[in-house]
Amino acid sequence: MPGASSWSFQESDFKAISERMNALLRETNVKSLLLVDRTGQVVANVGEPPTFDPQAFASLTAADFSANDQLAKMIGEHEFSSLFHQGEKESMYLADVAHRVILVALFDNRTTLGMVRLKVKTTVEELTRLFEAMFSRTGTEQPKLEGFASQEAEDEIDKLFG
Amino acid sequence: MSMINYASREINCKLVYYGPGLGGKTTNLEHVFGKVNPAARGKLISLATETERTLFFDFLPVDLGTVRGFKTRFHLYTVPGQVYYNASRKLILKGVDGVVFVADSQMERMEANIESMQNLYDNMAEYGYDLTRIPFVVQYNKRDLPNAAPVKDLQAQLNPGWPVTDEARHKIVPDPGFPGEHLLWQLPTGEWVERAPVHEAVAVKGDGVFDTLKTVSKLVLKSLG
Repeated sequence: MPGASSWSFQESDFKAISERMNALLRETNVKSLLLVDRTGQVVANVGEPPTFDPQAFASLTAADFSANDQLAKMIGEHEFSSLFHQGEKESMYLADVAHRVILVALFDNRTTLGMVRLKVKTTVEELTRLFEAMFSRTGTEQPKLEGFASQEAEDEIDKLFG
Repeated sequence: MSMINYASREINCKLVYYGPGLGGKTTNLEHVFGKVNPAARGKLISLATETERTLFFDFLPVDLGTVRGFKTRFHLYTVPGQVYYNASRKLILKGVDGVVFVADSQMERMEANIESMQNLYDNMAEYGYDLTRIPFVVQYNKRDLPNAAPVKDLQAQLNPGWPVTDEARHKIVPDPGFPGEHLLWQLPTGEWVERAPVHEAVAVKGDGVFDTLKTVSKLVLKSLG
């Protein structure tokens, strides 16, 4: 593999993912759910619109998960497949999906950790199937974007910087 | 690892600024943060120690504009430069689409530059990434200092080039930054060699910061086609 692997998803994938996340939202009464990829990019979010910068949140989530993966290895575990951060009012539960994305549930006292943990487990299994099907269909190699190697694209790229 | 969302027609790419401690990686991001229209950028997140040394990373998302109908968003990261923080430095490279190596031009930092460049190659290799095949740009920072080493010496130590065996690529490419020099050329021995594009910079004044970002992001976007 020469460079970093990439992935892309189509509208139908996006719809299936969002539907699954919306179902989890209804079942658990969490405030919001975010799906973040392991490199720190937001894939999807449902529920209450975040009051924070979702991109910053995603980059920190990915870093948090990566750092904890390394900690897991140090104590002889392969990974920590889920993490829980407890706050006074707001808490978050993070779970790995297919080793490529992280499902983050933000919740307060309208639900409980037990409920979130239980329901997230089922959703993670379903999302894992979705993502694995998606990866096997599209592959994880660099997707080629039509027209990006053209002169027109190069001119547009040049214009971005004035 | 660029992420392409066809539903929202967005491309997200990850750029990492690498290099020795106190070389100016964070300063590069701070300058971009200060100059880009606030509507086109997010917050600058810094995970730093109390003495403002980067502990884990700095992060800045920037929207560059639209190419072929896709909104292009670049996530700029720096790594902690200090040797001690290699574990966290390596984590940041995960899924990288383009790398900027910020070298400290000061003569007495040459060893630190070399060590950091070697560390970059090693960490990339551990992920199975090949630095010679992904967008990679070198920035020689602090050019205004009296003890700055000549660019020729920095090039010889840090960017001597790598062999190109793919015959389809055996074509001389001039270096736009240095007239008379090349990014891809043939040695008298017949071997073809390529090296990373280079920019000179004084990041504290902003000189060369956007040129560097432009070169690397252009390479990343072109690599998508």
